[in-house]
Amino acid sequence: MPGGPAQDPGLMAPKAAGANPQPSGPAGTDTLAATPSLSTLSPANDGILSPWGRFVRKSPLAALVLQRLALSIALLFAVSLMIFGGVEALPGDFATTYLGQSATPQAVENIRKDLGLDQPATTRYFQWLGGALQGDFGTSWASRNSVSEQIGKRLGNSLFLAFFAAIISIPLAIGLGMLAVHYRDRLADKVINVFSLAAISLPEFFVGYLLILFFAVQMGIATFPATVYDSMSLTERLSAIALPTATLVLVVLAHMMRMTRAAILNVMSSAYVETAELKGLSGLRIIARHAAPNAVAPVINVIALNLAYLVVGVVVVEVVFVYPGMGQYMVDAVTVRDMPVVQACGLIFAAFYIFLNMTADILAIIANPRLRHPR
Amino acid sequence: MTDYTNYLARQVTLGKMNRREFMGRAAAFGVTLAAAGTMFDTAARAQEPKRGGHLKLGLEGAAATDSKDPAKALSQFMFVVGRNWGDMLVESEPLTGKPVPALAESWEPSADAATWTFKIRQGVKFHDGKELTVDDVVKTLQRHTDEKSESGALGVMKSIKEIKADGGNLVLVLTEGNADLPLLLTDYHLVIQPNGGLDNPDAMIGTGPYKVTSFEPGVRATFEKNADDWRSDRGYVDTIEMIAMNDATARIAALSSGQVHYINRVDPKTVSLLKRAPTVDILNTSGRGHYVFIMHCNTAPFDNNDLRLALKYAMDRETMVQKILGGYGKVGNDFPINETYALFPEGIEQRAYDPDKAAFHYKKSGHSGPVLLRTSDVAFPGAVDAAVLYQESAKKAGIEIEVKREPGDGYWSNVWNVQPFSTSYWGGRPTQDQMYSTAYLSTADWNDTRFLRPDFDKILLEARSELDEAKRKEMYRTMAMMVRDEGGLILPMFNDFVNAASKQVKGYVHDIGNDMSNGYVATRVWLES
Repeated sequence: MPGGPAQDPGLMAPKAAGANPQPSGPAGTDTLAATPSLSTLSPANDGILSPWGRFVRKSPLAALVLQRLALSIALLFAVSLMIFGGVEALPGDFATTYLGQSATPQAVENIRKDLGLDQPATTRYFQWLGGALQGDFGTSWASRNSVSEQIGKRLGNSLFLAFFAAIISIPLAIGLGMLAVHYRDRLADKVINVFSLAAISLPEFFVGYLLILFFAVQMGIATFPATVYDSMSLTERLSAIALPTATLVLVVLAHMMRMTRAAILNVMSSAYVETAELKGLSGLRIIARHAAPNAVAPVINVIALNLAYLVVGVVVVEVVFVYPGMGQYMVDAVTVRDMPVVQACGLIFAAFYIFLNMTADILAIIANPRLRHPR
Repeated sequence: MTDYTNYLARQVTLGKMNRREFMGRAAAFGVTLAAAGTMFDTAARAQEPKRGGHLKLGLEGAAATDSKDPAKALSQFMFVVGRNWGDMLVESEPLTGKPVPALAESWEPSADAATWTFKIRQGVKFHDGKELTVDDVVKTLQRHTDEKSESGALGVMKSIKEIKADGGNLVLVLTEGNADLPLLLTDYHLVIQPNGGLDNPDAMIGTGPYKVTSFEPGVRATFEKNADDWRSDRGYVDTIEMIAMNDATARIAALSSGQVHYINRVDPKTVSLLKRAPTVDILNTSGRGHYVFIMHCNTAPFDNNDLRLALKYAMDRETMVQKILGGYGKVGNDFPINETYALFPEGIEQRAYDPDKAAFHYKKSGHSGPVLLRTSDVAFPGAVDAAVLYQESAKKAGIEIEVKREPGDGYWSNVWNVQPFSTSYWGGRPTQDQMYSTAYLSTADWNDTRFLRPDFDKILLEARSELDEAKRKEMYRTMAMMVRDEGGLILPMFNDFVNAASKQVKGYVHDIGNDMSNGYVATRVWLES
């Protein structure tokens, strides 16, 4: 039995294990932006509570979600404004960049008139916003195809890859994290640590190239390139994404694994864990049933960040593996200043980040009863 | 002698040498041209094309923003896509660059070369079963010449005044005589579409050897053999799959692992590594594209021809070809034409790196202080390195060059054709006339050296309508000398097109017209199992 938490039984003994956890609690709860605003409502003001206040009191979780949703919409609005401003600030507009070296004044003029680029920026932004509010993201300036339709396909591909990378990497990270805690400071822990540090230190494109070199070029057992298309069967798709999935798993694994290990180790020194140990429970059972649930909040935050990365941050992996995802689509669009596509992609990416962070906060609250009932 | 010519013939049989190379080497060995021609034909016949199979190409240059309309094709990827499903009126002969019939069976100019009559081929069917008519051709050309057209061929078509049908013939009336008109119609935008593509420019229906079975912009395109193809000497494989691969390493990995048969744009820096793969052939073809350093002839200090000459002599061309192109290219001679063009003026002395002459002209120019050169990696691959190399070679002549690296974003709109001294590139044009008219005519939009010379313009226009080839060639020599000795163009190198294919790929034609066998790669090769 690993003897970690038993260093100082004398000090810990008076406290009832688990019944009244110390206020410092597991790390990470103070990252919840919403809790301060909720806790400002003092119970003394009960009589003069507004309807919103009563609602907050009755179901704080629902109130939090509502508040977050409203904030998200404001955020998305700000994001769209920033993307528009950013693309406007780039040198050259769509007409000149699309035509590149082969631009003639006549052709540039034709395109500008055609797309209404001769109008002032504010007019164009509000025109776009008007369409977007009605669910119409317009057509791509370059290919003249519907943006929603094209994004649908690309987003599907991105989510497909992210999903498989996530269902492999998350259980693996948490499992390895627990193992590392169980065998802490012993060989297994060190091997896991060194391996994960190495994986996190290598740039993702390099990991990708290494996998291609070994599995596709030298051994010839993996499918490359990872191009997926409509007429592919599910098994073909799965075999196509094997290498990019493996790359992504290696890239995100270490981050989540190390956070799991640190968070659980933090809890392992609490008194209730010691009690569990004294009851004679096995080491892994203590970690999985008693320590891990209380370490879940910071781990969820890290998982949310990594999930967001898997959807929006993998353009390099997409390029290396020739995978038609959202990242490549947006980069292509930015290159020619194809504003409708850039805007739509930017909004989707922002929405993902906001949604995943909100989910992480809510899960953290559910996992920690103390946050559900703010004082 | 027989041993060597036999060796050459074997190289031809193995597909390692094209007609031009064979003739050149055999002639150098004392074989008469006629005899060499016969030998080449015998050797080439030994390769019987095989039909069938699935050809996979991994190509750079596709983007999600690619348009299906051939008028708006810009990328390398769409260039090949268009060649697969469509035909132009005229094609260029791969090894000589002369116009040869395609959908136009034959043609005839008027005496002043201003009216041209094209006989349109009969019995050719579009992929949708409709028969090709003169009307389709007229509508196609009209769509590309329309004032509001966004066609990439607009510049080429500008000189066409009237397009009309005359029985089974197409008649084109030009604003001025142009002896090169058939070659202009080889432009890859000018794919003949049913009703000119007016109904649906994005339909990708044409008369080409392959039908489009699926297309996803920036991802992939697939084709199947057109069973009704009007030509039997092309379209050997059954199906084609083109995959967009914008990452150079991914292309090399895909080729060397046997996942694709052919890739384009091999980085000269990695060619030597790829050569080691036992299953791969490097295919390099001399091209018309060139990397340039351009000075504005009308802007100080470059309005001084002695300074321009000094800067020309300060360029170490051999080093550029070795270092920037990895040896896959030829040195340039400060005029934008090389021997791949028809009527190339031979025998013009090659300008070499000469620090003494550079110093002499520099002193004569009276210029002092550093010369500002703007560059960026988008100008051409290795442009920044090239600028630094140039800085070094100029320093030996006592000329100080200050290299300023500009952002790649917006380079074409803010630096090129705007600033007086910058780096850039030019792709080839089908004819000398086109090249000079695009960038050296006083009135050209893209006169990026501000070469404003009425006497040059006059010869250019005269040569255009001159049907006597000997006279025209002489005129092109005069023009080349003017640009070379008085222009603002420093042309250190013509870059080869460097592609690579698996050894299974046979029948690759080294077409001098453009990259990737002039875009016809997929329709010309076959697969040996």
